[in-house]
Amino acid sequence: MIEINIETLQAGAGTTSINAISLTGEIDATNAAEIQRRVMPLSAPGCKLLLDMTKVAYMSSAGLRMLLSLYRQTSAKQGRIVLVGLSDELQDTMSMTGFLGYFTVLDSLESGIQSLVS
Amino acid sequence: MDDMLRIDTYPTHIFNEYGLRPGHPYPFGANPVPGGINFSVFSRHADYCVLVLFKKDAPKPFAEIPFRGMFTKPGTGEPFWGDFRIGNVFSMVVFDLNIEEIEYGFRMGAGYPKVERGKPGFQRFDPRSILLDPYARAIGGRDIWGQAPDWNNIYQHRARIAYDDFDWESDRPLEIPAENLMIYEMHVRGFTRHPSAGVKHAGTFAGLKDKIPYLKELGVNSVELMPIYEFDELEGVHNHPETGEMLVNYWGYSTVGFFAPKAGYAATGKSKDGTMVVDELKTLVKELHANGIEVMLDVVFNHTAEGNEYGPTISFRGIDNITYYLLTPEGYYFNFSGTGNTLNCNNPVVRGMVLDCLRYWAAEYHIDGFRFDLAAVLGRDQNGAPMLNPPLLEALANDPVLAKCKLIAEAWDAGGLYQVGSFPAFGRWGEWNGKFRDTLRRWIKGDSGIISDLALRLQGSPDLYASRGPTASVNFITCHDGFTMLDLVSYDNKHNEANGENNNDGANDNNSWNCGCEGETDDQGIQDLRFRQIKNAFALLTVSQGVPMMLMGDEMGNSQSGNNNMYCHDSELSWLDWSLLQKNQQLFRFFKNCISFRKAHPVFHNMWHLRGQDYLGTGLPDISWHGVKAWNPDWSESSRLLAFMLDGKHAKGGQSQDNSIYVVTNTYWEGLDVELPGLPSVRGQNWYVFANTGVNTPEDVCEPGAELLLGKQDHLFVGPRSVVILVAK
Repeated sequence: MIEINIETLQAGAGTTSINAISLTGEIDATNAAEIQRRVMPLSAPGCKLLLDMTKVAYMSSAGLRMLLSLYRQTSAKQGRIVLVGLSDELQDTMSMTGFLGYFTVLDSLESGIQSLVS
Repeated sequence: MDDMLRIDTYPTHIFNEYGLRPGHPYPFGANPVPGGINFSVFSRHADYCVLVLFKKDAPKPFAEIPFRGMFTKPGTGEPFWGDFRIGNVFSMVVFDLNIEEIEYGFRMGAGYPKVERGKPGFQRFDPRSILLDPYARAIGGRDIWGQAPDWNNIYQHRARIAYDDFDWESDRPLEIPAENLMIYEMHVRGFTRHPSAGVKHAGTFAGLKDKIPYLKELGVNSVELMPIYEFDELEGVHNHPETGEMLVNYWGYSTVGFFAPKAGYAATGKSKDGTMVVDELKTLVKELHANGIEVMLDVVFNHTAEGNEYGPTISFRGIDNITYYLLTPEGYYFNFSGTGNTLNCNNPVVRGMVLDCLRYWAAEYHIDGFRFDLAAVLGRDQNGAPMLNPPLLEALANDPVLAKCKLIAEAWDAGGLYQVGSFPAFGRWGEWNGKFRDTLRRWIKGDSGIISDLALRLQGSPDLYASRGPTASVNFITCHDGFTMLDLVSYDNKHNEANGENNNDGANDNNSWNCGCEGETDDQGIQDLRFRQIKNAFALLTVSQGVPMMLMGDEMGNSQSGNNNMYCHDSELSWLDWSLLQKNQQLFRFFKNCISFRKAHPVFHNMWHLRGQDYLGTGLPDISWHGVKAWNPDWSESSRLLAFMLDGKHAKGGQSQDNSIYVVTNTYWEGLDVELPGLPSVRGQNWYVFANTGVNTPEDVCEPGAELLLGKQDHLFVGPRSVVILVAK
């Protein structure tokens, strides 16, 4: 089961619009496609996506692939994507399987927002 | 076109609740297709085949779907007869499976009389067995190294499906010319399993990735990984009769599945998602490539893990025994591999599998080359007789996907076929040069009567590889099989008691010398001599024409306590102890500088054999031989000193310009004064000392480029049992 919450934040004194996507649950082959369907439309030219992974306990290969697809789509449109709140274990898995290097990974929501504003 | 739907994404057949349709025979294995998975498996003699589906790790299947039988039509439920077979290939698509969650196998049967375990027979079909797909891209069942499985589980080695969409970005095989290689033979687990390795995921692909900076500093540009195809470390597991130590298949020369990486070597093997191991290994390859290091795999196609008549039914023998194995006229397994069975490599179907396998690793894992274990077996016909032009070897040599891969043969087998120098090469194959190893070992320990042989080995063995050039010769002094370098100079005899076979296993012809005391000693003189001998060996390896290969850990003086057959130990005996790096810093420094010296000098990288002539009119022959007197080598029986000079202007046949190099090796127990050959005066050059193993560290070697001017230019004192390397500049 996965819960997907999407909200739009105005940051940088209202100059920057950020789509904050917060995921709750485990991401695997049973729901990665659904997340992709929900999130991919946000990947518009110049978009700024903030993925809050704080409540994601596990990600399978399908989850990693969904993230990379999102990254590819977003960067092709000169958008930016930042991951926050990744557990050590998930970061480790992403590093071992070659997915970590693509992403800006930050600890907190605030630092993620700051990074997208700058 | 984006919105166009394929017309084959709907089921045409229903079996229980599973939607199916006839599959694609090619490619073999389990491959994701839109909406489902295409399963395809060959058997020439099976009458029927059933796909068996499990949830990951489950003891019982959740579905069994026949490739032939009564199905119903979607919608109407009307029953009808169906058969998902084309030729000898069973293939069907099953829709709506979660590829991360399932494991699959086959049951096969045919109307042959049942053959009891231990009895000879040509077909061993047994519908009770669940068979591993020979093309499985990932295999579960031994996900965590050494962890005992549920032995009662009917399906021990469990086929999984893998994603094949790894993002390689711009990575591709490096295609480093063979003559520029410096190969590091290593064991994935042994490299970082020891706590002193200090990596997060000890003993895994991820652990190896963390050590890439170390490999880079050492300077090697190719790692040859001992077997990483799925094998069962618990195969034949037993306890030492006296010590009680658990003995396992640590090396892994016993393949369970040719298309799957060893799950127990992946830190992600323990993950819920059993397909991640594939990405972990690919990430390692990509990272090694990014650091200029090629990846070569040690592959074992001569036999499988199924053993002889008494062995387990894992895959091949239950799918088509007579196709996959060489059998005697009575139905016993031929044993040219020394391990119970022999893969029938020159059967066209098996040959196809070997080709598919290597292409898969080259194309999907970007592997740079392969070293074939007991490769002489690959040249035997279906009756076991050696062939003149083995079709498998020819096919590999001419394969379009493998065209730039290094192909290296261990050119002998356990059936007595020894083909060093005569392996059917088709202009492509290199060989592990066992003669280089034997001659260099004997020379270094001081044997007499081999000086002429030594000269051939140093030149890339033109006697063995006249038409193939020096790059056909993979030169090595130590490899996983036998003593480590430190043990080679510390033991006269093997000490394999820990293997539990009363020291009867392992080779006896080690050509080793303990330098005065068997094993460890406090005697500083002996210790110094041992280190000097190691340096002598490595220096000669790196100044020889051909492709040098070194063994993991030799650069830090790793010992296996005199055990020359470490195949069954997964313990501190076999794991690399990284604290040695600090302790034996001088060895590491010597190895590192020798490697970088070799890299810096094209005179060592000839693609063609040296001629001993000045064919470019430079004033010096490409190679010249010297003794105590310049230009006057002593080739006699008792001679223990040989020197040679490589002319820099003849480097790579004159295509490169390099410094001239002079190397002298003295294995006499006293020092000797040698006369140096003069350099042509027009060059205005002097001799500088790069290495002198006869003096203490740090004067024994310097960084390439920082060589010191030799005091006397016409004479040189060469210490007892020493090598000196000079460079002209």
